[in-house]
Amino acid sequence: MNTIVSPAVADATPHRIRIFTPGRIAAWVALATMLVITLAPLWMVVKTALMQSANLYTESAQILPSEPTLANFKRVLGFMTADESRALGGSGAEINFLRALGNSLLFTAIIVVTQVSFAAMAAYAFARLRFPGRNVLFALFVGSMMVPGVVTFIPNFILIKDLGLLNTMVGMVAPFCLMQGFSVFFLRQFFLSIPRDLEEAALLDGASYTYIFTHVVLPLSITPLATIAMLTGINMWNEFFWPFLVAKDEAQQVLPVALQSFKSQTAQGQPDWTGLMAATAITVMPTILLLVVLGRRVVESVQFSGGK
Amino acid sequence: MTPAPSAPHALSPTRRSETITAWALVLPAFIGFVVFYALPTLRAIEISFTDWNLLRAPKFVGLDNYATMLEDGKFWQGMKLSAYYVVLNIPLQVVLGLFLAVSMDRLTKSLFVKSIVLLPYLLSNVLVAMMWLWMLDPLLGLVNSLIEGVGFERQPFFGGVDQALLTVAAVNIWRHMGLVAMLFLAGLQNIPRNLYEAAALEGASEWQMFWRITLPLLRPVMVFVLVTSVTGSFQIFDTIAVTTNGGPLDSTRVIVHYIVQNAFSFYKMGYASAMSMTLCVVMMIYTVFQMRVMKASENDLA
Repeated sequence: MNTIVSPAVADATPHRIRIFTPGRIAAWVALATMLVITLAPLWMVVKTALMQSANLYTESAQILPSEPTLANFKRVLGFMTADESRALGGSGAEINFLRALGNSLLFTAIIVVTQVSFAAMAAYAFARLRFPGRNVLFALFVGSMMVPGVVTFIPNFILIKDLGLLNTMVGMVAPFCLMQGFSVFFLRQFFLSIPRDLEEAALLDGASYTYIFTHVVLPLSITPLATIAMLTGINMWNEFFWPFLVAKDEAQQVLPVALQSFKSQTAQGQPDWTGLMAATAITVMPTILLLVVLGRRVVESVQFSGGK
Repeated sequence: MTPAPSAPHALSPTRRSETITAWALVLPAFIGFVVFYALPTLRAIEISFTDWNLLRAPKFVGLDNYATMLEDGKFWQGMKLSAYYVVLNIPLQVVLGLFLAVSMDRLTKSLFVKSIVLLPYLLSNVLVAMMWLWMLDPLLGLVNSLIEGVGFERQPFFGGVDQALLTVAAVNIWRHMGLVAMLFLAGLQNIPRNLYEAAALEGASEWQMFWRITLPLLRPVMVFVLVTSVTGSFQIFDTIAVTTNGGPLDSTRVIVHYIVQNAFSFYKMGYASAMSMTLCVVMMIYTVFQMRVMKASENDLA
């Protein structure tokens, strides 16, 4: 649909040349304000994590801590005894951060690998192979996207409990790793757009469908596969509700659950803010790292999820 | 291997192998669909007709749970709060997201800016809730220091009966407006630039171009954003679980929180399931209605 206008013409539109109109300056100011509002909480997290608890009252609105310290990180990570930690204003609570990080990584990795693989297999069959029941089944898969999580979580919890899988990694990943309507739908759309000629040539040479899938279709689909892997990864990394229901044991907690339980261990009246913010800062790190390393891919993946 | 002349209804060997391959490829996803979506949905309907605390065997009670629900003030309160939350949340989220998208489209292609805009969405609800608990703390939070600094009274935010839900909505807007902006931005980039050129030649103002070209052509993205963000907001739970846990005085006990409370604090599996089925029906009606009203399937650019 963009064929009517060539990019060169599009770039020469008048409002791309005028830079300092009042409207543009106002828009820049507004945009900059939004960016500050976005970043301010993150900055306050880091600043508070570097503060001494004793200074909380006097320096709560300061931009920089006057006496920065790494003590909060140390006690959250458990490099201090509970007594030392309490002496610094903590609750004695700690996060086994490395274990929670490991659990989160494992949880996310298992689901990304399995879900994307199974979705790709199913999507290929729906896009290219003829088999009885294909259309009904695909409609059901897509329909499963309409069922809100609040309907399935009770029966799924009971199932996982009856199977004796509470507090296990298997119980945590089970509902996500086999099927996700959106992943199947999204990959099928892409597979449909691959020219059939490529496969027909291979078929004439006697290749099987499995061979075509793994040697023709998948190599052509690296970008959409990466997109769906990225989206699944982000969602699963942030998933709180299901792991919270099935794996409350400290040994199995993923990061969001560990952070929530760390918070609920601190006193309600006088929360251990420096400790909480140190834990928050550590938990934010992987996401910042992801953006720094794969920024463009992340942005494009999220955009793909909606507009296409 | 000469191809046998097959009867029209019998599958040829190639067709049969195609069917077998297809089912083998679909099988894992099919198992997942049956075990974790189809059967649980049916089971949720079944459970909703029972009285069940997980300890004794479920007892069939017919429509009792649904009848109880209709007379339960807390159920209606939860539905009302959820609807209220959606109304607080969505318009501002969409307007701010649209504004961010249009500004970015005109001002900058910077990946750095896009990354910052998207960052809140990439953080878990739990993390976001934690940050804002601190920012909005009545005693020491930065926001209250600023409010006091300009001469207003400190606010309780999450602790105030009449503003807790508003605060949760504000936090959710902060987390989601960047996502909405990115989706709109993708839509904006699909609008042919020559439409704007032609409009500019005829003397249209920026404002007219926005209302006459940009907004109508963004309709497909708008439908997507409205459907997903409304149904998503109706299911808000994480943020509330971390910040207010339903309080103060039930002022943030939205419907999903009430359902979870019934299931896992009171162990009323039947009652919780009846409410979740009701919520599901409400959301499906909304989705169909929204897609009809906005004619989601029509494409203005085709």
